[in-house]
Amino acid sequence: MKETPSQTAGPYVHIGCVPRFAGLRGMYDGQDLGAEMITGEVAGTRISFIGAVYDGEGAPVTDAMVEIWQAAPDGTFAPEGFTSWGRQPADAQGAFRFETLKPGAMGAQAPHILVWIVARGIGLGLTTRAYFADEDNSSDPVYQRAGSRAQTLVARAVEGGYHLDIHLQGPKETVFFDV
Amino acid sequence: MAEAPFKPRDLRAHPPPFYPDYRSTHFRAPSHALLHYAPTATEMAGPVFGQGMLGADDDDLIVNYAAAGQAALGPRILVHGVLRDQDARPMPGKLIEVWQANAGGRYRHKKDGYLAPLDPNFGGCGRCVTGPDGTYSFRTIQPGPYPWPNGGNDWRPAHIHFSVFGDGFAQRLITQMYFEGDPHIALCPIVQSIPDPKGIDTLVARLDMGQTVPMDIRAYRFDITLRGRDATYFENFKDGT
Repeated sequence: MKETPSQTAGPYVHIGCVPRFAGLRGMYDGQDLGAEMITGEVAGTRISFIGAVYDGEGAPVTDAMVEIWQAAPDGTFAPEGFTSWGRQPADAQGAFRFETLKPGAMGAQAPHILVWIVARGIGLGLTTRAYFADEDNSSDPVYQRAGSRAQTLVARAVEGGYHLDIHLQGPKETVFFDV
Repeated sequence: MAEAPFKPRDLRAHPPPFYPDYRSTHFRAPSHALLHYAPTATEMAGPVFGQGMLGADDDDLIVNYAAAGQAALGPRILVHGVLRDQDARPMPGKLIEVWQANAGGRYRHKKDGYLAPLDPNFGGCGRCVTGPDGTYSFRTIQPGPYPWPNGGNDWRPAHIHFSVFGDGFAQRLITQMYFEGDPHIALCPIVQSIPDPKGIDTLVARLDMGQTVPMDIRAYRFDITLRGRDATYFENFKDGT
């Protein structure tokens, strides 16, 4: 059997995936799925993972939805108290913000966050990764795969967390992966 | 314990990033080709959801935004099907989220200014979790076609958006379901950006009289297939990388 073909999430993905943000009062008890990643006491460093999504003309992609999937500080997925998965809308400035924990390394893989972007004009959700400027990423096999463009994957340290902008197209185009 | 890695994705089965007739791709399509790597431990895992997260009416868009005793306007339909992987294995306990326009073709969104009115009793979003046999269903009203800004006289076929989770994040998929017999399917660049007509056909739900409830609600059948697994696919795949 073939995989079902993808279609764009369209301009109104926020209705379906973050209805509270989209103003649909009362849906799902007023909770947007994926909004809270830290649900208990987990050892590790709390960080804000922030950034914005831009198109090839530098315009903010305000209808985007961003999901992240990452290891906990101990290198495991979804241990007690941490979901490992987050979902946030891009806002009117194209910006997103996740309140999460800094992931741990996993074997040869440096600490990283898997990032998935959907929006109008994106036919198949775009996958990328965020690495951290204050880690040694040089021996990570996926980071290495990005070669001379790997810097587009590196989040810089800012107060309280890390910042990474995502450029869909153009001279600062982010590396996107087929995984 | 660990299952085999996911099969490589056949990118030719999906819309290309840049499709001239779909204007929104012009400045949103990456110029570089996607860089391939085999799924690692990160992409093989994914969030787990369950029936416990659901509210009583999450899977009933006819009433889940309606005032007490009221219901959304439009043709009542039951959408159902089976979620499987490419090896035809049913996928139980998987979250499916849906969103759509109302019967007039209008979304409950501040940026949708189409002439058709909002329905005060219709929000346009719902969700369900697949059962032990991979089946899912939800009730809604049939959405209307609507015009959209794409440089010409463009109308979307009636459709329902689907967001689907699998076992691993590499299976994550968003798509759209269409309705059998809709003449706009052949005219829509978003649909026609899928290269293979057989692939398009898999997005077209069929009227299912077998599940249609007399004097109540018509049924449409829409099956969904996520990436399967390939035990021989071990390129760069080892624990931790």
